[in-house]
Amino acid sequence: MSGVINQRQSPAFGVLMVILIIMAIGPIMMMIATSLKLDVDIMSSTSGLLFLPTLQNYETVLCNALWYEPAHLDYCDPTFGRALKSSLIIALVSTIITLMLGTMAAYALVRFRFMGRGVISMTTLLMRMVPPAVLLVPVFGILTFDFCINDNCLAGTYSGIVLIYVAMNLPFVIWILQSFIVQVPIQLEEAARMDGANPFQVFYLVVLPLIKPGLAAASIFTFRIAWNEYLLANALLDRNTRTVPVTIVNSLTGYDTDWGVIMATGTLLAIPPIIFTFVASKQIITGMTAGAVKG
Amino acid sequence: MSTQARSFTPYLFMAPAAAVLVVALLYPIAYMIYASFLDWNPSQRIGQATFVGLRNYTSLWSDANFRESFGVTLKFASLVVSIEMILGVGLAMLLDRSIRGMTVLRTIFILPMMIAPIVVGLIWRYMYHPTVGIFNRTLNSLGFESVPWLSDSFWSLTSIIIADIWQWTPFIFILSLAALQSLPRSALEAARIDGASGWQQIVYIKLPLMMPVLIVTLLLRLIDAFKVLEVVLVMTNGGPGLSTEILSLRIARTASEFRELGVAAAMSNYLLILLMILTAIMFTYTRLSEARAARLRQMSEEG
Repeated sequence: MSGVINQRQSPAFGVLMVILIIMAIGPIMMMIATSLKLDVDIMSSTSGLLFLPTLQNYETVLCNALWYEPAHLDYCDPTFGRALKSSLIIALVSTIITLMLGTMAAYALVRFRFMGRGVISMTTLLMRMVPPAVLLVPVFGILTFDFCINDNCLAGTYSGIVLIYVAMNLPFVIWILQSFIVQVPIQLEEAARMDGANPFQVFYLVVLPLIKPGLAAASIFTFRIAWNEYLLANALLDRNTRTVPVTIVNSLTGYDTDWGVIMATGTLLAIPPIIFTFVASKQIITGMTAGAVKG
Repeated sequence: MSTQARSFTPYLFMAPAAAVLVVALLYPIAYMIYASFLDWNPSQRIGQATFVGLRNYTSLWSDANFRESFGVTLKFASLVVSIEMILGVGLAMLLDRSIRGMTVLRTIFILPMMIAPIVVGLIWRYMYHPTVGIFNRTLNSLGFESVPWLSDSFWSLTSIIIADIWQWTPFIFILSLAALQSLPRSALEAARIDGASGWQQIVYIKLPLMMPVLIVTLLLRLIDAFKVLEVVLVMTNGGPGLSTEILSLRIARTASEFRELGVAAAMSNYLLILLMILTAIMFTYTRLSEARAARLRQMSEEG
């Protein structure tokens, strides 16, 4: 099998590619298909692909966010709708804050040469190493007993969990943004400074617009972590502030599982990451490979 | 702008990020190390907990459950990482050519890593379901017996390993493909002209040249394999028995179900030390291979 012969497309590789694609995407498709099925269709042993798609499960999940009352429901369980709102708030706010702090820190590290890149990649890697399970005990203790003002503690609030997510994501965001900021030509910044811009204006008006791809990659990674995280959210949030992953796990421990509804929730949780993947796969792959290929 | 003001600027830019990291990352880790010396339950303030010295650490080693969970973790991590490395690198070798649709394949391959681990667990739990799951349905329709995917201690470990392979093989595939495609064309060209067969090219040229990236990939994956929690939590919740109770799951359960925060903190410390050793190995390795590459470059320039 020398390379010369294989330069033309062989049908065997086409087949292999198709198999790989089906294996990768099949389980996800199955979740989406199940979310569109009625209980009867899920349980019946005959139909696999032949069924009448229905949005009924989604109506059940989102019942308190809809403008009409779904006909099939006697009682509307607000848990999922509320959790979706919490998830959105927590993920968006922590992404915004992480990016604001991260870009500034990355800029300072690159342009003012303070601490080497080595220190930053070291910290990034060390942070990558810390499992959320390890943070569970201390974060619970701190937010329940330490960070309190007049008995109002951060446990159970959005602010508490956002603080933790920001801290968890900052090292990676700083590290990935650095590689983008290094590429901004310093002459541009000098020209702006000549025209009388102060460091903050240089940063906001000159540097930030030039590193948009980096900002996109960093925000996708941050959003994804905050959106998908379960363990800390479960320990720190209460009934009213719970996120979607927590409600999914809670509904699984119940006695009988309504697969259609759970799969609809799962699909809703999976949609934002799926959209990001198709919109920005190049940036995501850059972010993923950067760690290993460049050390 | 005065020089004095300029010298403050970097601190102004750094301060918010540094403050958050100190308050919400360094402080918790220090707190955890302190907590691991305490007998502490969640209803007490940390000040009310009694100091027990190293008892949490030593008692863990005589705790059969902890030892079993540690063993499961090691077995899980080593199996998934080695299978994924073989599959991922193999696929990269096979597909390292300009095939149409490669971009699509890569995009689709990152989907399992992007969606929530909870959802991955959910999907596999459904597929492994004894009656409605696709695996048992297919087996039954082909006339085979159902397999107790999640309810037998041997099969449940196998099942979580399969799910992890599905989720993470693409990571290794993407990294090794990137490494393959950045290999120096001249070396491959020379080997081909000298008549090296496909296998010889792989074994003597490609693999050795890719080795630095492969080792880092392996260690990154190994670190992540020790962190897996949600997928297993949703699929088996550690059971049946303790057959799939990996360490991070045990930490979470010790803290929330058994309400022994001190013990959970000690366990976390053990896990952290293990991961630190892995990271240290990775750093030393990258340093060494960089130094070696620099020396070789210098030699070739001088010679």
